[in-house]
Amino acid sequence: MTAAIQRRLEIPEPKHAEKTELHPELNRAHVRFIGLGKTYAGRQGPVAALQGIDLAIQRGEVFGIIGRSGAGKSSLIRTINRLEQPTAGRVLIDQVDIGEFDEDRLVALRRRIGMIFQHFNLMSAKTVWQNVELPLKVAGVPKAQREQKVRELLELVGLQAKHKAYPAQLSGGQKQRVGIARALVHDPDILLCDEATSALDPETTQSILGLLREINRRLGLTIVLITHEMAVIREICDRVVVLEHGRIVEQGPVWEVFGNPQHEVSQTLLAPLQDALPEELQSRLHAQPPSPGAAVVLRLQFTGGTADEPDLAALFAALGGRVKWLQGGVERIQGHALGQLLLAVSGSSLSTEQLRERAGQWAQRVEVLGYVV
Amino acid sequence: MWFDRLLQGFIDTFLMVGVSSLIALLVGIPMAVILVTSDKGGIYQAPLLNRALGAFVNLFRSIPFLILMVALIPFTRLIVGTTYGVWAAVVPLTIAATPFFARIAEVSLREVDHGLIEAAQAMGCRRWHIVWHVLLPEALPGIVGGFTITLVTMINSSAMAGAIGAGGLGDIAYRYGYQRFDSQIMLTVIVLLVALVAVIQVGGDRLARGLNKR
Repeated sequence: MTAAIQRRLEIPEPKHAEKTELHPELNRAHVRFIGLGKTYAGRQGPVAALQGIDLAIQRGEVFGIIGRSGAGKSSLIRTINRLEQPTAGRVLIDQVDIGEFDEDRLVALRRRIGMIFQHFNLMSAKTVWQNVELPLKVAGVPKAQREQKVRELLELVGLQAKHKAYPAQLSGGQKQRVGIARALVHDPDILLCDEATSALDPETTQSILGLLREINRRLGLTIVLITHEMAVIREICDRVVVLEHGRIVEQGPVWEVFGNPQHEVSQTLLAPLQDALPEELQSRLHAQPPSPGAAVVLRLQFTGGTADEPDLAALFAALGGRVKWLQGGVERIQGHALGQLLLAVSGSSLSTEQLRERAGQWAQRVEVLGYVV
Repeated sequence: MWFDRLLQGFIDTFLMVGVSSLIALLVGIPMAVILVTSDKGGIYQAPLLNRALGAFVNLFRSIPFLILMVALIPFTRLIVGTTYGVWAAVVPLTIAATPFFARIAEVSLREVDHGLIEAAQAMGCRRWHIVWHVLLPEALPGIVGGFTITLVTMINSSAMAGAIGAGGLGDIAYRYGYQRFDSQIMLTVIVLLVALVAVIQVGGDRLARGLNKR
C-alpha cells in the first residue's frame, strides 16, 4: 500500500527516516505526528491550539482522540488531511511528510483519506446519489465506474432505496450514512471522524458506531476519531489519547485509560460513565462505626489487570458474614474486566482492615467508604 | 395606433431590461464569486484584488441611476455610437445592474455553510471544483431570488432611462401620461408595468422555491 501511494503521488523516498531503525513500530506507523504545534493569531497575541504532539497511529486501528471542547481535537485531526496547516512539527503519512505538498499532491492525498463530520456537511442541492458520486466526479472517474461504486457504497450503508432523496428528507442517522458512503467512495486507507455521532441520538449513535466498526474490520482501514464522549471511545476504539489545552495528557489502550485514568481530565470525562454512590446511601454513611454491628461499605474497583471476571461466590465466602450487593457492574473492554462493586458487609468476624485486604485479592483497588447501620 | 405604440414601448422596455440584466447575470456572477473567494479565509485569498473590486462595486452602487446615466453619456456614445434609443439605455442600465446583482449574489454565496467547503476539500476537490460543484449549486436559489430583484429594479430604472429618450413604457407614460395629462395612457402603462413585475416576481419566486432543496 505504501509503495502504491508513493507511486501514485510520485513522492521521493522519505527524507525523515531517522530513528526508525530503533523503533520498528514507528516505521510501520500509518500516521505519525512529530512535535506538532499549531498557533493561531488571537486578539491578545498568539494562541497555542496544539503543542508538542508526538503520536503514532498504527495501520488498521481505531484511534480515539478525546478532550473537552477547545482542547485542540479538531485542529489535530484536520492536520492529517491538511484542512489545518500546522505551524510547527510534521505529519507523516506512510512515512511521507505531507507538509510541503502542493495542490496536486494534496488532492491526491485527500482522495486516500475519507472524512465524516458532526453536521454531515452534505450538499443540500444534490441528491443522496449525487452526494456520494461527487468525489468520483471531480476525480474524473468514468460514468460506468462511478455508478457501480456509488451503488456498492449505498448498499454498504443500507441506503439504496433513498438514492433519489435530498439530504433534507433524511434523518440524522441516514445523513451520516450518506456521509460515510461519500467518505469511502475512493477506497481510502484512513477515515477521519470529526465528532461523527455528537449530533445523533443514542440509538442512532450505536448503529453508526457499529457501521464504523464493521467498516474497520471488513476494509481494514485506519479510523481516527475525535469525540468528547467517552462512551464512543469505549464502544469502538483500540487506543485513545486525552487532549487538554493542546497537549496530550494521557494515552494508552482504551481498557487501561478506562480502568485507571491518571489525569484529572480523563477522570472528569469518565465520570458520567461511572456509578456514583446513591444519594440515599450517601446520607446514611458514617465515617466511624456508629454501633458495633454496623456494616462496612466497600468499593471494589476492577481496572482490567486480570482477564477474569470476579468470582462472586468465592469473594463473598472470603469476606464472611452477610454481604449485600449495593450497586455496581462489570463490563468487558478489549477482553479486560472493568467496573466496580459496592458491597455492604455485616456480621463478619474480620476487621475492616482484613476485609479490605481480602477483597484486594479479587479487585485491583479497594476503598472503605464508611459504615451504615 | 395606441396599441402599436404601447406594444413598441413594451418591447423596448423588455429589450432594455432583458439585455442589461442578461449581461449583469453573466458578469455579476463571476464578480460575486471573485468577491467571496478572494476574501480573507476564502479559497483564492487575495486581499488586494478583493478590496479593489469591492471599492469598484461600491462606487457604482452609490451613484443614483439618474446621475449615472447622464454622467455616462460620453462613454455610451463611445460604445454604441448614439445617446438616444434602446441601445443607448442598455449601457448605463448594464453598468448599474451588474454591481447591484453582484452584491446580491455575493450575499447568497457567503451564506453557503463553510462546512460544505471543508467537506469538498476533504474529498479531494480542486478549488474550481468547489466553485462549480459546491458554491454555485448551493447558492443557486438565493442567486435566482437576487436576479428577480435585479429584474424588477431594472424595470424601474428603464422607466427613468425612458425619460431621457430611450423609449419604452416609461417614455410613453412620461410623454403622454405626464406631459399631455392623458390619464388613460398613464393608467394603461401602470397596469402593464404592474403585470410585468408581478409575472417576473411570481416566476422568480417559484423557480427559487423549486431549486431550494433545504
